[in-house]
Amino acid sequence: MANALTVPRLRSDDLPIAISAGFVLVILALGSVYTLATLGTAPLLTPNYLLTQLQTGAFLGIVAAGMMMVILLGHIDLSVPWTMTAAAMMATTVGGPGAIPTGLAVGLLVGLFNGFGVAYLRIPSMIFTLGVDSVMRGLMVAHTGGFSPVTESTPLMRYLASDRILGVPVAIFVWAAVSVVIAAMLSRTAFGKSIYATGNREAAAYLSGIRTRWVIVGAFVVSGLCAALAGILLAGYSAKAYQGMGNAYLLPAIAAVVIGGTHILGGRGRFIGTVVGVILIVLLNSVLSIMQMPEAGRQIIYGLVIIVMLLVYGRTAKVTS
Amino acid sequence: MSTVAITTPPRASAIGMSIRQNRGFYGALALLAVLYIVYNLIHPRGFSTNVFIANTNESVALAFVAMAQAMTVIMGGLDLSVGAVMTLTSCIASEMVRGEPWQIVVGCIVSVAAGAGFGLVNGLVIVYGRLQPIIATLATGAVAVGLALLIRPEPGGEVDLDLNWAATNSLRDLAETYHLFEDGEASWFQPIAWFPVPLIILVVIAAAVWIPFRRTVTGRTLYAIGSSEGAAYMSGLPINRAKLWAFTLAGFFAGCAGLYLAIQTGSGSADIPQAGAYTLNSIAAVVLGGISLLGGVGTVIGALVGALILRAISFYFRILSVDPLLQPLVEGVVLLAAVSLGAIRTLRVKNRLELFR
Repeated sequence: MANALTVPRLRSDDLPIAISAGFVLVILALGSVYTLATLGTAPLLTPNYLLTQLQTGAFLGIVAAGMMMVILLGHIDLSVPWTMTAAAMMATTVGGPGAIPTGLAVGLLVGLFNGFGVAYLRIPSMIFTLGVDSVMRGLMVAHTGGFSPVTESTPLMRYLASDRILGVPVAIFVWAAVSVVIAAMLSRTAFGKSIYATGNREAAAYLSGIRTRWVIVGAFVVSGLCAALAGILLAGYSAKAYQGMGNAYLLPAIAAVVIGGTHILGGRGRFIGTVVGVILIVLLNSVLSIMQMPEAGRQIIYGLVIIVMLLVYGRTAKVTS
Repeated sequence: MSTVAITTPPRASAIGMSIRQNRGFYGALALLAVLYIVYNLIHPRGFSTNVFIANTNESVALAFVAMAQAMTVIMGGLDLSVGAVMTLTSCIASEMVRGEPWQIVVGCIVSVAAGAGFGLVNGLVIVYGRLQPIIATLATGAVAVGLALLIRPEPGGEVDLDLNWAATNSLRDLAETYHLFEDGEASWFQPIAWFPVPLIILVVIAAAVWIPFRRTVTGRTLYAIGSSEGAAYMSGLPINRAKLWAFTLAGFFAGCAGLYLAIQTGSGSADIPQAGAYTLNSIAAVVLGGISLLGGVGTVIGALVGALILRAISFYFRILSVDPLLQPLVEGVVLLAAVSLGAIRTLRVKNRLELFR
């Protein structure tokens, strides 16, 4: 069965990953040259700095992992911001040992609903998930009265988000675990192969016996669960949930997936690329803030980097037939 | 199609065909009419000029942004930078639209041209860089917000007050401000004097740009690309030119939105959440207005109607004294319900292969 569904691993799929990994090193080198010139030290290259950056990157990394599943299908999940917030708020509201399962259940429900709308009602994911995002926002605003909830994260949530094992943040282990599970799912299971097949051409996948509706629902459920987990961790990191806590994660997550070489129209991309994309974006932000670049310059550089990276390897074939 | 023409009288068939082909648009128009008439019926000061003017004022910027979005959605693309370009042009306008009359005119032209120019750059990146519109405009949107922050790090600016008054009120106020038509008291002027200026700006610009454009080869090519880019290419249509025009006009409409927003609020601010909200609302408006996100179906006028529907829904919250906390929820449910209505056809499809595209 593995042979029948194996997606040809083109060498061109590895090129984006190599280039973005190279760019990560360039960012580190440029940042270090800057700090050497101004401070005389190179804090960027210390393990502690890199671990802190990976800890920050863990939240984005988990969101991007789920987003990648959906993008591989040629869809998109715009409901991520308020899924994160809703999961975090529900988790802190319930509290106790039930906190994390409650938060994940929120993600599961959102994913199922998104999947139903996209797979069964055939509504474009762009608009359906947008509507779901706004419904979730409405529910949370009604639930909290528009203020930050007073409830606090449970000790376990804080442990997962901000504690350290042997000097390594626990959040990195969580991100690594999620990454291993999803990477294995994409490359070793029938579900993963079905995602690539459905993303390439849904009609062909359907005709070859793949239950494409279930595949789509499954991918949205994974995306919802990942967003919920990231929201729970973020609430643990900041000790509580707050309004709009997920807003800053949507566009960077999409950017990370695409920079990592996943095709925005679906069907192509390797998971390791998404990890590299996340690291690239987190480091870029961090180095720019070390350089005390004002927000204006950061936005412009951020946009230009995405454009340039895509011009190097993200060009699509000219449509000629 | 030919059977329809034979079996029914020509005139009826033309109208019937138009309705059948634009079901989404006419549905949106009917929904807007019902929503707005009921709104006026239950409003304590319904059907008055003041309410009409206030409502149109609040709708103009979103309507322009939705029209910008429509330009790219019709050809099967998406522009995630429309809100950011609006923010950029409103910041430019807040710096330039003041002083002598000629300076004000130059300021307006520069603001809108900046929007169109940014749209052209989007188009060049997408056409010659061969990038996917959705991801390329995600990136250029960040650049636009960055430029807006450079121009206006802090919210502020002082847009010409006369222009603010004239552009956001009735025609009579416009005439009075600039001493036209005997200060707006000319007798022939009275029947139209109550008309809101913002609505005129909106309709005139939309009609003057869109109606000529859609009749050109470039305009028709837009629809062809949205239906099937490969077929459009094989038919020898000017694909690159049409795409460049689509993004340039999207930038132009977004520029109009920014300019109006600056005139309306009298200031500019590089408000990133606001830019994002306008972009997302523009997608919702486009869908409500009967434009298919898959491309090839719908008109810019439909997007305008869709934007007005979105705004009309929000007007209800005020007069029905709905708990403000429930507003986002109601907005989301209405959006989901509206798009789900369009999904009914999928339940009637017998061959599931027809669903895949």
